[in-house]
Amino acid sequence: MNKTMITTDICIIGAGPVGLFAIFEAGLLKMRCHLIDVLPQVGGQLSEIYPHKPIYDIPGYPAVQAQQLVDNLMKQIEPFNPSFTLGERVESLERQPDGSYHIGSNEGTVIHAQVIVIAAGLGSFEPRKPEIPGLAAFEGKGISYMVRNPETFRDKRIVIAGGGDSALDWTIFLSDIAAEVTLVHRSDSFRGAPDSAEKVFSLGNTGKIRLLLQSQLSSVHGNGKLSHVGITGKDRTEYRLETDALIPLFGLSPKLGPIADWGLTIDRSAIAVDTVDYSTAVERIYAIGDINTYPGKLKLILCGFHEAALMAQSAFRYVHPDERLSFKYTTVNGINAF
Amino acid sequence: MNELIHISVENQVGESHQLAIPTDINLSLMEVLKASEYDILATCGGMALCATCHIQVIDGAEQLAPLTEAELDMLDTLPDAAGNSRLSCQIRMSPALDGLKIRIFGNN
Repeated sequence: MNKTMITTDICIIGAGPVGLFAIFEAGLLKMRCHLIDVLPQVGGQLSEIYPHKPIYDIPGYPAVQAQQLVDNLMKQIEPFNPSFTLGERVESLERQPDGSYHIGSNEGTVIHAQVIVIAAGLGSFEPRKPEIPGLAAFEGKGISYMVRNPETFRDKRIVIAGGGDSALDWTIFLSDIAAEVTLVHRSDSFRGAPDSAEKVFSLGNTGKIRLLLQSQLSSVHGNGKLSHVGITGKDRTEYRLETDALIPLFGLSPKLGPIADWGLTIDRSAIAVDTVDYSTAVERIYAIGDINTYPGKLKLILCGFHEAALMAQSAFRYVHPDERLSFKYTTVNGINAF
Repeated sequence: MNELIHISVENQVGESHQLAIPTDINLSLMEVLKASEYDILATCGGMALCATCHIQVIDGAEQLAPLTEAELDMLDTLPDAAGNSRLSCQIRMSPALDGLKIRIFGNN
């Protein structure tokens, strides 16, 4: 855990295009920004999911590649010298007596900011959990949704459930470490990388792993700690398998995460905002871009840009309470860098 | 010509309704379900990323266009997918879908 304290005017959660442009709009009003994102790079979905796809509805660009737009935004905000915490997930929020906030990350970073802007897009991608009764009771007590340190599985009996790339990769990797590896997959083929699938089949054939195809994980059992999992095969009868650990690997799905517990008004996984300034139900917290909702909301980058501009005008009063805000055009005033 | 596409939709609690959709609507099935106020999130907006628009095809699977790679990859990671599972965001509405029967599976 590194205990870093960063002090800034505005903490922006999410480094997608809207979070990046918010730095520009805030910068014009002399507000400094710090960005935090769970992904290891800036750009959000654009860089992570479709970097090479053309976007056709950015004003002034007949077509622009997603990554090019991110690169341009980074250049555009350069004069305002933003700082970044990447690869860390926002976990906690603490309101200070003066109204400002401390935002804590999973790595121990603390950001002190006057204003928080949530520009988290779809949310953070978290492990998808199978719907099995009692699953949560064994989380951390035999069930984990990711492999942080393979050594914790040394000489243990483990069951991996899933059929994607990560299920295949971890099955192969852990077969050399664990005492016993069982892979449970609902179909009889794998869509993951052909090399990995072939390797898994050969490990199954040689008896190095137990391969349970056309089978589903159907129940979990134990007394305080996981001891058995129930597997249901093609014949629909369930049998129990003794195990020390279960690793369900069913991909990632976008979730609001800890933000859902901040007292904001949540409407169908989105944050309700006032369209006057895109403020949330909690003072000094704004939500812009795909993460927010309001009557007529369109999930478009260009709408997020507009929301960022209005947010900045409103946030000014918290960052510079003693100053009067006067609206200026960049064509008249240019950009006054920090 | 004012033909309609008829689709039978079973919601998460087992109630079935018929939808009649104009042939020229030019939407995905997910968008039609959302517009018809079915309880699906479709968080990712149609990019085959979140699987919250997961459906099962009860009748008429052969009327649908084949699954795309992105759709197959996503379905393969789902714990509750079955052989007749599809992502409704990856299905374009077309007259060929007339008579289709589906069950909504996606939730939060």
